[in-house]
Amino acid sequence: MSNKSVTRRGVLKSGAVTSAGLALPTIFTASSAAAYTNEPTGGSVTLGFNVPQTGPYAEEGNDELLAQQLAVEHLNGEGDGGCLNTFTSKALKGNGILGKKVEFVTGDTQTKSDAARASAKSMIEKDGAIMINGGSSSGVAVAVQGLCQEAGVIFMAGLTHANDTTGKDKKANGFRHFFNAYMSGAALAPVLAKEMGTDRRAYHLTADYNWGWTQEESIVASTEAMGWETVNTVKTPLASTDFSSYIAPVLNSGADVLVLNHYGGNMVNSLTNAIQFGLLDKVVNGKDFKIVVPLYSELMAAGAGENIKGVLGSMNWNWQLQDEGTKAFVKSFGEKYGKPPSNSAQTCYAQVLLYADACERAGTFNPCGVVEALEGFEFDGLGNGPTLYRADDHQCFKDVLVVRGNMNPTNAYDTLEIVEITPRAQVEYAPDHPMFAGGELGKCNPGA
Amino acid sequence: MDAILLQILNGLDKGSAYALIALGLTLIFGTLGVVNFAHGALFMIGAFCAVTLQKIFNLSYEVIDETQTDFLGNPLKVKTPYVESWFGPEMGATIIDWSVPLSILFAIPIMLMVGYVMERGLIKHFYKRPHADQILVTFGLAIVLQEIIKYFFGANPIQTPPPAALSGSVDLGLALGFDPNAIVYPIWRLVYFLFAVVIIGGVFSFLQFTTFGMVVRAGMADRETVGLLGINIDRRFTIMFGIAAAVAGLAGVMYGPLNPPNYHMGMDFLVLSFVVVVVGGMGSLPGAVLAGFLLGILESFASTTWATTTIPGINQIIIYLVAIIVLLTRPRGLMGRKGVMEE
Repeated sequence: MSNKSVTRRGVLKSGAVTSAGLALPTIFTASSAAAYTNEPTGGSVTLGFNVPQTGPYAEEGNDELLAQQLAVEHLNGEGDGGCLNTFTSKALKGNGILGKKVEFVTGDTQTKSDAARASAKSMIEKDGAIMINGGSSSGVAVAVQGLCQEAGVIFMAGLTHANDTTGKDKKANGFRHFFNAYMSGAALAPVLAKEMGTDRRAYHLTADYNWGWTQEESIVASTEAMGWETVNTVKTPLASTDFSSYIAPVLNSGADVLVLNHYGGNMVNSLTNAIQFGLLDKVVNGKDFKIVVPLYSELMAAGAGENIKGVLGSMNWNWQLQDEGTKAFVKSFGEKYGKPPSNSAQTCYAQVLLYADACERAGTFNPCGVVEALEGFEFDGLGNGPTLYRADDHQCFKDVLVVRGNMNPTNAYDTLEIVEITPRAQVEYAPDHPMFAGGELGKCNPGA
Repeated sequence: MDAILLQILNGLDKGSAYALIALGLTLIFGTLGVVNFAHGALFMIGAFCAVTLQKIFNLSYEVIDETQTDFLGNPLKVKTPYVESWFGPEMGATIIDWSVPLSILFAIPIMLMVGYVMERGLIKHFYKRPHADQILVTFGLAIVLQEIIKYFFGANPIQTPPPAALSGSVDLGLALGFDPNAIVYPIWRLVYFLFAVVIIGGVFSFLQFTTFGMVVRAGMADRETVGLLGINIDRRFTIMFGIAAAVAGLAGVMYGPLNPPNYHMGMDFLVLSFVVVVVGGMGSLPGAVLAGFLLGILESFASTTWATTTIPGINQIIIYLVAIIVLLTRPRGLMGRKGVMEE
């Protein structure tokens, strides 16, 4: 007599085992079909442009998007070719990437880390984007870089200036063309010493988030190294709109320099408030009071209006440079859109071309092949002079610009003037520099 | 002592904006019983009235100057504002320079109209709906309005500088017997405070000393009885909505030179202004003004180095902390009356 009886638990167990058995070959088939995430199979390849289309940095995001669209045109052989004509690597032929037509999808970061991750995830999973590019915030860049590492796609960062992006938060699948806070300090310090002297007392107002902290740390270190004293460092909430109560204490602090570690709307408002309080008209410690804005952007300079006149800062790139790469890009962008590009537009344009070029040189879209092609890559002709993509941290090393608010602008676009092109050697640092310590690059992830 | 005075001054100009917005919010709530989350957007629209007038004054014709080139190397198009060619360079430049104060005249009819259209077109349909519905619809309206402004003016802040004669700062310390440069304060911030005092005084006088104001106050106290007397109280309340919109708009016009207007500025003030209304006491006009200035000053002191060093983060929570304390000790707010927002 058989003792077998059919139980509910038994049916469920058997069903689960059977289902797993049936599904097993499918799982293996699915993973073995693609060697890496979103491997292009048709005649086109999709790039994901993740930029702020809403929120306070929407103008910056729009400029990035214009540049990215221009890059796609140039890659597909449309328009005048832009920097494809000046780029020292001649792998790109204007026939797409590896013969595949370049298409793109866009996402809105909203300058919020969670929204940026969600839009990047959607572009990767739903649209099949094989590379994510863009952004206008370090918080966003770190968040999206982490996502791309997990998903197995390449992240070509847009505007991100915090040391952390290629420091403690660096990832093998992530690359930054933009300069960083350490480089701003290294470039600015000698100019500040030359123009303001080495006996100065600085007061810092700093946006209270990771970019602000790393910039403050970098500027304090570089200015103290040349003899300046730091009187105070005050953190201001990112949501602040009026800085008068932070500016007022500066007046009686004994400081003769105010360093504004602010960006975007924070920078426009804090600088406007500082000018209202007449800081630049004051004489303290026998010296004219000065203001420094370590990170400038053209769009923020336009927002600050007359207030930036004479104020020193640094930039990744400026349309007024006279090298061939810059001239080619400014001509393409200017003729198409009727205005010169911003430095966030330029970094996104360069990043798209660099990614495409790496794919061509590697002969594959496989992220690990792209990583290998970009690591240690030396190039020129994209607007920043001779540049190295360092293998140790995936940070680009190139000349950095020190700029000043133009005292006599002749049109809406020359609000900033280039004071000095700081040579690359002066802004280089060791990969294990303490300001960049704490993270591991790890291994490239091809995903799939 | 000078540092304390400086922070009080800072608080007064910050408080001026809070008080003006909260005053309008309270007017609307007190008359129509509507919780208007679009009030910050009215403040923002006011600021953009100044931006618009500045742009109108700067409308220019172009003349090609062959001696100069633009960024692409083409002959430069030199722009000359029409007002300079119509009224002469000096007069034209003066008109452009004074565009913010002139915007007050420009903004009043626009804001009254915006308020009227908003009330008649949308908000009146929500009078008998729950407060949650009113909040949702007005918050949605605020988002729509700010997106419209962003579409036309972009996301970047736009400078609306004060007239040259009122820019820069003044040494108040000398007048008060302090050392030179002890209390240096921007002139326009003083102008803003005085402007707020005048507007607040004007609104209170209007309500206190005119027949219209008397009827409105009576309607705020007992709407039904006033209606039974044959007075069309709804029409008067609609006009009060327009006046509240104009107050918020004028606050925005004059705020532009303090911090450049952007499409998001209304939202930045909205939540704080509601806290001000709650702390002052729902429906209490003097309470809104008192709480506006009080919280402005407290926020200013909380931002000092001493305060942030002693209690890290106090600058970000002070207003909410005070709101909690006030509501725990005086649930109706500082000057709230029994029966308002109560079952």
